[in-house]
Amino acid sequence: MNRRTVLAMASGALLLSACTGTGGSSKGAEAKAADDPSKVSGTITVLTHRTDLVQDGTMKKYAAEFNKTYPQVKVEFDAITDYEGEVRIRMNTENYGDVLMIPAVIEKKDYPRFFASLGTQAERSKTYRFTDYTTVDGKVYGQSPLGAVPGFIYNKKVWSEAGVTDWPTRPAEFLDDLKAIKSKTDAIPYYTNFKDMWPLTQWTDANGSVSCDEQATTGLAEGDPWAEGADLRTADTLLYDIVHEGLVEKDPTTTNWEASKPRIAKGEIATMWLGSWAVIQMQGAAKQAGADPDDIGFMPFPAQKNGTFCAVAKPDYNQAVNIHSEHKEAARAWLDWFTDKSGYAADNLALSPLRSAPLPTVMKPYEEAGVKILDLDDTKGAVVKSIDNQSEIGIYKPDYRQDLVDLARGATKGDLDDFLNDLGEKWTQTQQSLGS
Amino acid sequence: MTDTTEKAAVQAPAGPVGAAPEPAPAPRTARLWRGATPWLFLLGPLALLIVFTYAPIANMVAYSFTDWDGVSPELHYTGAENYAELFTRSDLFEVFWVSGYYLAASVFQIVAALYFATILSFNVRFRNFFKGVLFFPYLVNGVAIGFVFLYFFQDGGTLDSVLGLFGVETDRAWLGTPESANTSLAAVSVWRYLGLNFVLFLGAIQSIPGELYEAAELDGANRWHQFRHIIAPGIKPVLSLTVILSISGSLSVFEIPYIMTGGATGTETFVIQTVKLAFQFNKTGLASAAAVVLLLIVLAVTWVQRRLVPDDKVDLA
Repeated sequence: MNRRTVLAMASGALLLSACTGTGGSSKGAEAKAADDPSKVSGTITVLTHRTDLVQDGTMKKYAAEFNKTYPQVKVEFDAITDYEGEVRIRMNTENYGDVLMIPAVIEKKDYPRFFASLGTQAERSKTYRFTDYTTVDGKVYGQSPLGAVPGFIYNKKVWSEAGVTDWPTRPAEFLDDLKAIKSKTDAIPYYTNFKDMWPLTQWTDANGSVSCDEQATTGLAEGDPWAEGADLRTADTLLYDIVHEGLVEKDPTTTNWEASKPRIAKGEIATMWLGSWAVIQMQGAAKQAGADPDDIGFMPFPAQKNGTFCAVAKPDYNQAVNIHSEHKEAARAWLDWFTDKSGYAADNLALSPLRSAPLPTVMKPYEEAGVKILDLDDTKGAVVKSIDNQSEIGIYKPDYRQDLVDLARGATKGDLDDFLNDLGEKWTQTQQSLGS
Repeated sequence: MTDTTEKAAVQAPAGPVGAAPEPAPAPRTARLWRGATPWLFLLGPLALLIVFTYAPIANMVAYSFTDWDGVSPELHYTGAENYAELFTRSDLFEVFWVSGYYLAASVFQIVAALYFATILSFNVRFRNFFKGVLFFPYLVNGVAIGFVFLYFFQDGGTLDSVLGLFGVETDRAWLGTPESANTSLAAVSVWRYLGLNFVLFLGAIQSIPGELYEAAELDGANRWHQFRHIIAPGIKPVLSLTVILSISGSLSVFEIPYIMTGGATGTETFVIQTVKLAFQFNKTGLASAAAVVLLLIVLAVTWVQRRLVPDDKVDLA
């Protein structure tokens, strides 16, 4: 009996230590930009999800270029394949590099605990896009080195073979075009990438692009995303209709993302909903497959407001400086240089975070067609994230869209309206419970 | 058990101090040494066991009483709230129906493994070759198996082309509906784990003395009689162990469906759901509670089973 109490107490102590084992943090640290580049020194580690660029030496080239301005700083890269999974665990310690991409799991309110501030939003937003996404109490904690806009990647040749030359302006028109592709060509009109899951999450980026509303994120935080006429309802209904009409691959459950790239280049697939970031990958696949990279086209969501298309500019991972870094100046130098001078955005045919930079070439068609590029107001971004997690809907996760596709192709029974209304109900209920 | 631990813990440090400087150690020290030796050997494995099994479990139990999101330095003690949520949301337990597919598959798996083990324990041509063939899948990494079978079930993939060779044209999406997807995944699981069951059975069967068969044959027993009266009772403990492993395995299926479908199309199991709660929706507290509940369910099932089938001594005499 006696021994048991000892054991119980020991395990109790273990539990307690586990509960309290999360240390404090130094708040309010700042990473200031250095005045004299030649005096900045130190060895910094940069955590990155771009394993491909580290392996093929591109990052080394950036570092060499960086050293021309900052000769005393040594930059080392830590390429992480499972970036989200690994970094979230490392962030329980102080050892998570000097510069890193902010993992999606970190809540915005915690940014000041983990990252050094880069300055005030009022000042930074004059020069940079996307500052909203990392602002806490007026201070900015991260900066995305590139951005993208959502859109349909399509094979121009296939679409024109089907007799479609103009971009569709309404979802119904888009469906008709896909039907024309199905009847007149051998291509799969639309490819879901169902099995690889994350491509389905891209549909959420239609939010704001449909209604042309810069306050779309606030709308998610305060309203029902699946209300009649709301952006996500429009997008999800379109996805449902595409699948329901049989305009997709025969077996979505065994799709293959890597293999889909050359297939769209060769015209076996006509369309995929992704983002401007995917264009360069598709063009690369086209070159490798011996197809013409110029066949890869890019078009906005089939919806217009007052006769113009809209597209929402979204940041990639935001880069930040570790608050525990011993070389904050060097880390800040790298972050600034990488954002402003490296040419990383241009190399990726992506939208530059610098407001002054021109649009990338892939977005020429958008420019010519007068597509309006919107910067969303992300003040309520954190609220949206917590509603999303709390309700377990996951608008940036694939699950509910997989269910939607299953529903549309008849693998599960149910009705679209019920499905979307259910989501809306869950969402608004969580909104209320979090608000109270 | 605990008595010896304490004694060893107290006496172990005394050993080296007394032993080292003296040329002829006193008999008492030698005796102490002898008592401490097994514990010294156990030190390594015990440390590993505590650090990598029991400490994480203690942590998990601790997290299950908090609202931790997995990274935030802030966490609040919420009492039994997670457990209350778990038990009031029936949708979280609906996924256990999926385990039914794996349970049914494991019945087939055990019967098949028993059949092969019995046949291959007698003198059969190429028996070592067949043993290898049957055991091989178990050696392949589970992730690799997931990928291999994705190609296997693909539209126009291996399965479709093999069926085509026999003139069967299927136009079936094998992972397309919940029923066929779960059946396919359970079949993969059988393919993978059959080898393990087979080897366990084979080992048990081979520990049965050979004279028994000879004697039985002299008495005119055929193979079925031999199986019924010698093999089956002889391997009873292993058989019941396998059943326990199969049931707890069916309740906690994870890697094959996670890699192949990610839980889509009605193939989500309880563990996949837990992983999603923890790493997709950042509800580490709730997920820990779910994991604790699964652990308790598995323990309960095992306990009930041990009650129903007590572990008797094997007696072939």
